[in-house]
Amino acid sequence: MALSKQNGFGPADPKRRRALKEMAMYAAGTAGVAAAITGFAAQSRSLPAETLRPPGALPEPDFQSACVRCGLCVRACPYDTLKLAEFGDGPAIGTPYFIARQVPCEMCDDIPCVKACPTGALDHALTNIEKARMGEASLVGRDACLNMLGLRCDVCYRVCPVIDEAITLQITHNARTNKHAIFEPVVHPDACTGCGKCEKSCVLEVAAIRVLPKKLTKGEIGDHYRLGWEEKNKAGKELVPDVIDLPDRLPSTTPDVAPPELSTIPGLGKSGAGQ
Amino acid sequence: MSVKRNPGLEARQQLGWFKANKWLLARRATQLGFFLLFATGPLLGIWIAKGTLASSMTFDVLPLTDPLVLLQSLLAGFQPESLALIGAGIVLGAYLLIGGRVYCSWVCPINPVTDLAAWTRRKLDIKKGWNIKPKTRLWVLGAILLASVLTGTIAFELINPITTLYRGLLFGLTWGLVTILLIFLFDVFVTRNGWCGHICPVGAFYGLVNTTGLLRVSARGRHRCDDCMDCYAVCPEMHVIAPALNGTGRDETPIITNIDCTACGRCIDVCPERVFNFTHRFDQRLDPPPAPKPLAARGDLVKAA
Repeated sequence: MALSKQNGFGPADPKRRRALKEMAMYAAGTAGVAAAITGFAAQSRSLPAETLRPPGALPEPDFQSACVRCGLCVRACPYDTLKLAEFGDGPAIGTPYFIARQVPCEMCDDIPCVKACPTGALDHALTNIEKARMGEASLVGRDACLNMLGLRCDVCYRVCPVIDEAITLQITHNARTNKHAIFEPVVHPDACTGCGKCEKSCVLEVAAIRVLPKKLTKGEIGDHYRLGWEEKNKAGKELVPDVIDLPDRLPSTTPDVAPPELSTIPGLGKSGAGQ
Repeated sequence: MSVKRNPGLEARQQLGWFKANKWLLARRATQLGFFLLFATGPLLGIWIAKGTLASSMTFDVLPLTDPLVLLQSLLAGFQPESLALIGAGIVLGAYLLIGGRVYCSWVCPINPVTDLAAWTRRKLDIKKGWNIKPKTRLWVLGAILLASVLTGTIAFELINPITTLYRGLLFGLTWGLVTILLIFLFDVFVTRNGWCGHICPVGAFYGLVNTTGLLRVSARGRHRCDDCMDCYAVCPEMHVIAPALNGTGRDETPIITNIDCTACGRCIDVCPERVFNFTHRFDQRLDPPPAPKPLAARGDLVKAA
């Protein structure tokens, strides 16, 4: 003690040592807490596939820097669609979400949830609800879909708020009966808002049509791809001039074995064809 | 110094239960009042304030946003809408004016929890426990701000017990309330006033905002102090009292100027000698010392002359 006092605040001073040790402890603690929260945050960033964000929600990483978890959007929702995430629900704790199969988004014209958001985590630039992209419907349970079995359910098509744009029925031949049609529900991503009404109303035990986050449904073409027909339109002329245009060999619409000429069938002369 | 098991007993006996708990009752009423502003909506359908403490809208005109939450959002790289910025500005302005940590003891819903823990601790006569430095919270504050930058999220909101409690009560979520139980147990068995007095980064933030606030406690009648130590026993930030009470602060001010003081007024309540009172920051008045006996003797002298 006496020695260190003589030396003043020297390197061997126990006070200095203690102070340094303490400083190091706190710094280490700070780093530890920061690391723990960072890990926790990273984990909370992945959104389970069945949970959808409200209309206008920023893409997921941005959303978590913007949403203060105040619940104003939940209060603004007239249909009790939105919920705040509970610990263990999947989405980051306290953030708003909905599950389409439980309560879908009713797509209010005035979008009260977006208006209520104080921070802009729900983007205020969204003023037309049909421009919302909460997710994207996809007929993932294709083999169970009643329409695909050749029946006429059509419920998802009928309830779609953007009927005939987001979901259309594509008619194809029913190979099983060989005389009926199959009315296949086809989702058009450019018009689907992801409201989830189709999933909610799917009559099956487990919905065949589901709304999934865009991230899970969206394919993306490589940046380096150039689509010839679009480039041609852009250029306004043939990209490669003076290409010899050979005749296209389209697949034959007639059976492989050409039917015999009517005139060659006995009893059916050219004149006798009309019975 | 052993922590007294029943501080304020003398005050209750001398002044009556009500007067000796005046500010405590006022605080509980205020805390409940703030909660009811939010709760009348979901409970009764009368909407006063919508949202939670993180961000709210009162009567569809007054936006309020937690400035620390918004600061984390900014650090996470987000540019909030003006509504949130205005809301945070109003809150920050109000606390700069009143005193930052007034939030801690008059608004924050965790305060009743940690007060109950401190009370339990006194009743169980649990000794001091793990000695964490009060400044730890500044490091925690630094840690959550750093985590916000690193993760691009509002990091503390993942675990913030204050907003978790409000959200839980207002939106019927139960799981998050486990945090509250943890804080209670921590305060009872690990460290005295552990959460609010040592760890909570929100308290640290409001402490930094606590440098200009007008509402202060003054040890105006400090010469009446008979060293019963009741104020130290109840104070959640006991280090703040001494400079004002002993006159060892700058200019021997009777005002408790330490930024850690939450202006809870509990010292005012429990003091049988009525040493403390609420006042404004610039009130430097001291009660005159009791008429000393030599004065009377001098009177006699004058008379005799």
